[in-house]
Amino acid sequence: MEGLASAGQMAAMQAAAPDRPKIVARDINVYYGEKQALQHVDLDVIAHSVTALIGPSGCGKSTFLRCLNRMNDVIEGCRVVGDIRMDGQDIYDPKLDVVQLRARVGMVFQKPNPFPKSIYDNVAYGPRIHGLTRGKAEADAVVEGSLRRAGLWEEVKDRLSEAGTGLSGGQQQRLCIARAIAVSPEVILMDEPCSALDPIATARIEELIDELRANYTIVIVTHSMQQAARVSQKTAFFHLGILVETGDTEQIFTNPRDERTQGYITGRFG
Amino acid sequence: MASIADEPGKASAARERYWGSAANQRNIRRRHWADRRLQLYGIAAIGIAIVLLGVLVVSLVATGHTAFVQTEIRFEVTVAESDIDVADPFKGNYRKVVRDGFARLVDRELSRPEEKALFEMLSAGAQYILRDHVVDDPDLIGRTFEVALPLADPMDQFHKGEIPRDIPQEQRRVSDLQIQFYDQFLAEGRIAAPFNWGLFFNADSRFPELAGLAGALVGSFYALLICFLISFPVGIAAAIYLEEFAPKNRWSDLIEININNLAAVPSVVFGLLGLAVFIQFFGLPRSAPLVGGMVLSLMTLPTIIIATRAALKAVPPSIRQAALGIGASKHQVVMHHVLPLAMPGILTGTIIGLAQALGETAPLLLIGMNAFITSVPGGITEAATALPTQIFIWADSPERGFVARTSAAILVLIGFLVLMNAIAVFLRQRFERRW
Repeated sequence: MEGLASAGQMAAMQAAAPDRPKIVARDINVYYGEKQALQHVDLDVIAHSVTALIGPSGCGKSTFLRCLNRMNDVIEGCRVVGDIRMDGQDIYDPKLDVVQLRARVGMVFQKPNPFPKSIYDNVAYGPRIHGLTRGKAEADAVVEGSLRRAGLWEEVKDRLSEAGTGLSGGQQQRLCIARAIAVSPEVILMDEPCSALDPIATARIEELIDELRANYTIVIVTHSMQQAARVSQKTAFFHLGILVETGDTEQIFTNPRDERTQGYITGRFG
Repeated sequence: MASIADEPGKASAARERYWGSAANQRNIRRRHWADRRLQLYGIAAIGIAIVLLGVLVVSLVATGHTAFVQTEIRFEVTVAESDIDVADPFKGNYRKVVRDGFARLVDRELSRPEEKALFEMLSAGAQYILRDHVVDDPDLIGRTFEVALPLADPMDQFHKGEIPRDIPQEQRRVSDLQIQFYDQFLAEGRIAAPFNWGLFFNADSRFPELAGLAGALVGSFYALLICFLISFPVGIAAAIYLEEFAPKNRWSDLIEININNLAAVPSVVFGLLGLAVFIQFFGLPRSAPLVGGMVLSLMTLPTIIIATRAALKAVPPSIRQAALGIGASKHQVVMHHVLPLAMPGILTGTIIGLAQALGETAPLLLIGMNAFITSVPGGITEAATALPTQIFIWADSPERGFVARTSAAILVLIGFLVLMNAIAVFLRQRFERRW
């Protein structure tokens, strides 16, 4: 069973190649029953960058995102064909422990979904089940660290035992981010994380994404092109299940190569 | 009405004319009536249900309320050491002690038939009640003290007004002489009708004035306990497996259909199954709460499985996704997240299933829990009755006292059912708030 690569090895690899791809996806085809949702998608996700997946509704960007942490496995009738490698390891290898993969590749969902437990337990649950913390002191440290990095500590430090569901929408989403960070993932996947939030909460989370970039690789699905332009370094444009164009964010938004990309970003469709 | 093609001014003027017209007023009135009719249908339906329930409860209370009090008579007895052996108080001649004390209440000398009539007024179990008194407190031997003992069923019914005075003596169960004695004792203030604790604490008896539900309550409790211990873990485990882990293919469809069908099987069939398999094949004791509990658990199992599956399905998928997303295994998702959230629904379904099991009569009759048992069962393998079967037995008995007691027992059973359902509702509300 393949396990975590040691921290030392990873640090060495990062130091050697700053633009190294963290995740390499080749010829990805996804089928929901008979219907094909993604066709021949090739994409590289660069380490320590924010990659935005944009496109009109139903184009397959969330489907592709879910391939990266194998959440499509729990969907009935969903079949993923192709090759996805993280740090050179095939994540669809039958010998790979998918539970551990999901600890290394965290996910934040569109609608904030904290557990109906206390704020403390929300953040401490993940490290506890993966054996990352032993004893209360270590758990306290991890909880505080995660909440600080998610920018939520100051607001909740006096009410850690209150229910996580009692927070506002923006705070709940930051709690979900803290929960994802607590298990020390390498990649964080975000599926339209701000679509259920007001503009001020959205701005805070976008700031947060920028800060997180230093320690994590982030892939974000967004239907807001302005958000993609603000937050990401690389952008991939999907349309009807096909990856149309991918490149540096600035290039995509100022000088797209494909006319479908041009049509989408100028608002002619989608 | 003007069409949209006309000038906009004309169209809106025509529209305004319509809203104020008589035709529209009629429309509005019809609509209000339809609303009111719907409300009235609902109120009528609820009213009918309440009336039917009220008729049931009122008729039960009317026939049964007399069973909640028991007529007693107070008099002095002398426990002489010549009658009761200090070394073995259990074996004394309490019959003589009671009769001597009772006879002293009448000043004059009585002939044999008159004596017989007098002693028939007192319950045949009075001597055993005195015996238990003395055995509990041996210091009473050699002393004279006052005691309150129950009257026999005919006198009990007479005191409660069930037997009229003005019909001829041959048509009455109490004779004129007995009524004379009764009037004398009543004038002396010796007769009272306090609350009938014996209804709850005595075991069954062939004398209605002494009969109680203690044996049935304990038998029902043991049977329900066994039922819960078997069906709760098995039902929840089966439901979790079927809902979360079983592959969705034709086999699991088949199992689901069969479980739903089991819930619809008539309960008497389970009784036959219990008789054939548990008692005859496995040789378990007849009439035991153990077998009763096992048969009831067969009936409660489908209810718990169906309720648990519904509760598990009701947990929002966002919780499962969140747990899967941070790397919880399927097993951890179910045990740490889904099951605790589904627990209120599971508990409610379980309590409702147990309340149904409490009232089941047919299967218990078939495994023999309608035997006449005059002691409280000491364990789950001793012969016992259950509350519904005890009602069945008493309903068959001709004494007037048992008629009242049958209704009283039904009220006790309904009381327990209401209590259990109230607990289910309370638990459901309490847990809903926390979530």
